[in-house]
Amino acid sequence: MIEVRHLTKSFGSQRILDNVDLRIESGESAVIIGRSGGGKSVLLKHLIALLKPDSGEVLVDGENIIPLNERQLLRVREKFGMVFQGAALFDSMTVEENVAFPLMRKKNFTPAEISRRVAAALDMVDLPGTQRKNPAELSGGMRKRVGLARAIIYEPQIILYDEPTTGLDPIMSDSIDKLIIRVRDQLKVTSVVVTHDMRSARRVGNHVFMLHNKRIYASGAPEDIFASQDPIVRQFIDGVADEKEIIL
Amino acid sequence: MNFLASTWVGIWLTGLGRIAMLTRETVLSLFTFKARWRDLLYQMYFIGIKSQSVVIVTGAFTGMVLGAQTYFQFHKVKMDTATLAVVSVSMCDELGPVLTALMVAGRVGAAIAAEIGTMRVTEQIDALRTLATHPVDYLVVPRLIAAHIALPLLTLEAIAVGIASCYLVGVFLLGIDPAFLWADALIYTHDVDVIIGFSKAFIFGGIIAMISCYKGMTCPMGAEGVGRATTEAVVYSSITILICNFFLTLIIGKLVGLL
Repeated sequence: MIEVRHLTKSFGSQRILDNVDLRIESGESAVIIGRSGGGKSVLLKHLIALLKPDSGEVLVDGENIIPLNERQLLRVREKFGMVFQGAALFDSMTVEENVAFPLMRKKNFTPAEISRRVAAALDMVDLPGTQRKNPAELSGGMRKRVGLARAIIYEPQIILYDEPTTGLDPIMSDSIDKLIIRVRDQLKVTSVVVTHDMRSARRVGNHVFMLHNKRIYASGAPEDIFASQDPIVRQFIDGVADEKEIIL
Repeated sequence: MNFLASTWVGIWLTGLGRIAMLTRETVLSLFTFKARWRDLLYQMYFIGIKSQSVVIVTGAFTGMVLGAQTYFQFHKVKMDTATLAVVSVSMCDELGPVLTALMVAGRVGAAIAAEIGTMRVTEQIDALRTLATHPVDYLVVPRLIAAHIALPLLTLEAIAVGIASCYLVGVFLLGIDPAFLWADALIYTHDVDVIIGFSKAFIFGGIIAMISCYKGMTCPMGAEGVGRATTEAVVYSSITILICNFFLTLIIGKLVGLL
């Protein structure tokens, strides 16, 4: 279970998050939607303490992770897997080395066991036989799949997705959505997906949080959020720009 | 207070504080030795083996030009055979460690800052953290240990090549008697000179690794940020080496009784 309490974050004089509260239950598939530059990724990075807030708390299974130092956080982060917007694969390593990375840092896995697990993780993301490829040889969608394989190989309890379908064509986006659902259902993990792709949000989420004006503006089941008549929620879901935002 | 922080003094002090924190974290990690042997060996290969050509050329031509210049001056007072002794002591005490460190700072420091800076910009360092790996254990510790080991060895190589080059120039080009040339060099070059050079190189290795890793890990976002971090890594490493060399000369000189 992840709980965020009164989280506030500024970069310089610019406030990004202001008194944000949210609660994600174990096994839930939460989707955080909101406008570009609205602080979604910043909020996501606070959940795994990649960023420290100016004030507020982030509780993971009841433990406030904000006061922990970088070394104490290693223990907490073993519960998490994260898929980055640009995949963040280590470009000096092959696909196999990337996916095996979390296991190679631990001493209790034999090379044969690591190879077996890498093959299984790549199978799960529909990329069998790509072990010897370099990240530079992969397409954007394939890189995100390898990033997901790397995130799931050590069987985390929570997986964070930072804009998993951004920059992909609709068919590849659909395939990534199905993959997120498959991983959620097969591994029984808690998923937190940050996206501004409404189709993706509707498909993968069973709880939607809308971030607007530095706060959680609306939250609820996808069917409630997508049927909402609130003008701000409606405008975002329908993708209608304000007059002043139309650039001629 | 805010005014002070925004001045160059404040920025400089903040940077100094941050690099001190990184050094502290690195030392703590060193004691528990979290680095993997494979990473360490790769860094030793990259810093040590791949710097061979640069160091050999630097050592050879420094020894030759210093030998020729020394000969031109000493020849006027009939002290030709002291040429190699001057080159030998200079190479061991000062030129060997300083020039090797400057060349390695240019080659390796830039590469370290660019690699780590690019990893930061492309979120690879964040990815490391999410994979429950401390960036200092994985990125800084192997480079620091490798630089501490490689720099003294490269310096010894530069010193040997410099002395050998001077000997060849002195004997075959300038016509100095080889027996007296070599004998004078042995008389005036002491073990302590080699120890001074070795100690300086050990410290310079740490300076290059820490400054370059720090610049990479704190690099501003974007391609321009990586470029700036790379340049600053080389410039700051080189300046720090030159300043530290002066104080090390005084301190080590005092310790071994030369002052």
